[in-house]
Amino acid sequence: MQQKLHVTLLTGRTIEQGVGKEYGKSSPEYFAACSMVYMDAGDMKKLGVKNGTNVMVTTPNGSVVLRVVKYPRGATPGLIYIPYGPWANAVVSNATTSIGMPSFKGTPAEVEPAPDKPVLSMEELLRKEFGR
Amino acid sequence: MSVINSVTCPICGCLCDDIEVTVVNNEVVKIKNGCAVCEAKYMGYKSEHRIRQPLIRKEGKLVPVSMDEAIHKAGEILANANYPILYGWSSTNCEAQRVGVELAEEVGGVLDNTAVVCHGPSLMGTQEVGIPTSTLGQIRHRAEVIIYWGCDPWSAHPRHLERYTSFTEGRFEDSEWMAYINKVKAAAGKKKLASARRVETPKKAHDTVAESVVFNKPPEILQKEGRKLIVIDVRKSMSAEVADYFIQVQPNKDYELMQAMRALVRDEELDVDEVAGVPVEYLQEVVDVLVNCKFGIIFFGMGLTQSAGKFRNVEVAISLVRDLNMRTKFLIMPMRGHFNVTGANIVFAWQSGYAFGIDFSLGYPRYNPGETTSMDVLLRGESDAALVIASDPGATFPKRAIQSLVKHPLIVIDPHMNATAMLGDVVFPSAFVGIEAEGTAYRMDNVPLPLKKVVEPPKGILSDEEILKRILEEVRIIKSQKLNQKTEDA
Repeated sequence: MQQKLHVTLLTGRTIEQGVGKEYGKSSPEYFAACSMVYMDAGDMKKLGVKNGTNVMVTTPNGSVVLRVVKYPRGATPGLIYIPYGPWANAVVSNATTSIGMPSFKGTPAEVEPAPDKPVLSMEELLRKEFGR
Repeated sequence: MSVINSVTCPICGCLCDDIEVTVVNNEVVKIKNGCAVCEAKYMGYKSEHRIRQPLIRKEGKLVPVSMDEAIHKAGEILANANYPILYGWSSTNCEAQRVGVELAEEVGGVLDNTAVVCHGPSLMGTQEVGIPTSTLGQIRHRAEVIIYWGCDPWSAHPRHLERYTSFTEGRFEDSEWMAYINKVKAAAGKKKLASARRVETPKKAHDTVAESVVFNKPPEILQKEGRKLIVIDVRKSMSAEVADYFIQVQPNKDYELMQAMRALVRDEELDVDEVAGVPVEYLQEVVDVLVNCKFGIIFFGMGLTQSAGKFRNVEVAISLVRDLNMRTKFLIMPMRGHFNVTGANIVFAWQSGYAFGIDFSLGYPRYNPGETTSMDVLLRGESDAALVIASDPGATFPKRAIQSLVKHPLIVIDPHMNATAMLGDVVFPSAFVGIEAEGTAYRMDNVPLPLKKVVEPPKGILSDEEILKRILEEVRIIKSQKLNQKTEDA
């Protein structure tokens, strides 16, 4: 079992995130849809984490605690996928390569088990990151 | 009770205009024909997450104030700012966007829409090489090979397949819906058989875990007559499950894969066995399918614009289509996200000459991505105020950009209490465009469609256009007062 796993971070849309954002960003649907990370089943095994437990994703831009969910369709070894939202933004790269677009996909990250750390709600996360 | 037909859904770039909305006592109670996201919007618009009255941050907390007070405060912020950012514009109508351009010119700031974190690179790629495209009607009736590259319409544009591509009955191409249903049924049958076998012989625990990406040979189905659906992505998305063939490209390697395909289209030989994790032998078969089809289309999404290469990915995708056009008929189209982000690009371009990232600080419009794009302005910490409308950068921008955004006064106009509104200093509630306010929106293929007003907004809540007009008026009053003061002092 490994303590940490080096992976490639992707962020993007899921249908649950789409439904959650339309109900309202403070809705429980949005929280459930966005405060999670999809991970490959093999990678989860390497890291010794179970479906629904908490992990911490760290990049040079920050770290965030998320609920890990096994990716249900096919193998994606070395990839993690966080739906768009404040949780993903806490770790995505802001390198715009001088064209205005941050690198939301395909940047390096680390994942480690965080069974004792809680997943913050959006209000808590905004307060932590921006003091408001 | 009234039933309103042909309502245009104000969510994604598909702008489905066949929604049937049932209204009882000025409230939407039922939706027909919409997708899950559409239903969530029409059912969630009146929820407890709605902002009910204007708010101003006082002593760290957002407190309710009168509309006049909020308008005055917003006007003051913008009139006194040297370099404000006016960002968002994608979930509102063209009428509000037009006032936005006027306001940006008046205050001399940066006017930017959500394309900057979405299809901005696509616009830049298009500026480099042009774009062979069409309306969605052409694709619906004629497209034989449909490719979704770096996008997942099943999740982000749920009715795209059903209305415009594989599962729609076109004049010259048939729907593949029944074939898909049969495929699902067959897969379910196989699963049942497999599970029956597992009961007989207990499996080893690790059998179910696939260790690496397994590449299948392109199926014979690609050689058949009729519509064919190919999905190219870094992970097997929901759309990939539906597809006839799925190509799993390695992250950040789309550029290489497209260049390899360009070489194969030109009948050149590749001296490698695989490109971006895809065996060249299979790639050759796929390219043969593309070259031999009568009419093909590539839809592309954030997989190209947000990963390494960004606008160069789009440029090479368009070049691939250009090469394919030497052999057959091929088109390409970006999968635009917000329902009127295309409209924002069009309105801005028609009024200022540029589609996004426009700087009015010198009194005339300038566009230089990387310099005048809101993201870079924020990351360099140059702005001193911001107005955010019809979008939520608080939930879509990287952390450091938001830190820069909240350092200075922030005005937010939105119907819902979203992340940006929670961080705002002056917050205006607005009517939902397409539900409580009418207007025009542009579909992803640049076709303008009317948005309907199906219910009245709550009392005292104005539309985006009205709020912006009042802020603009206030800015002009404050600026003229300042000017008068200066002349008096002189």
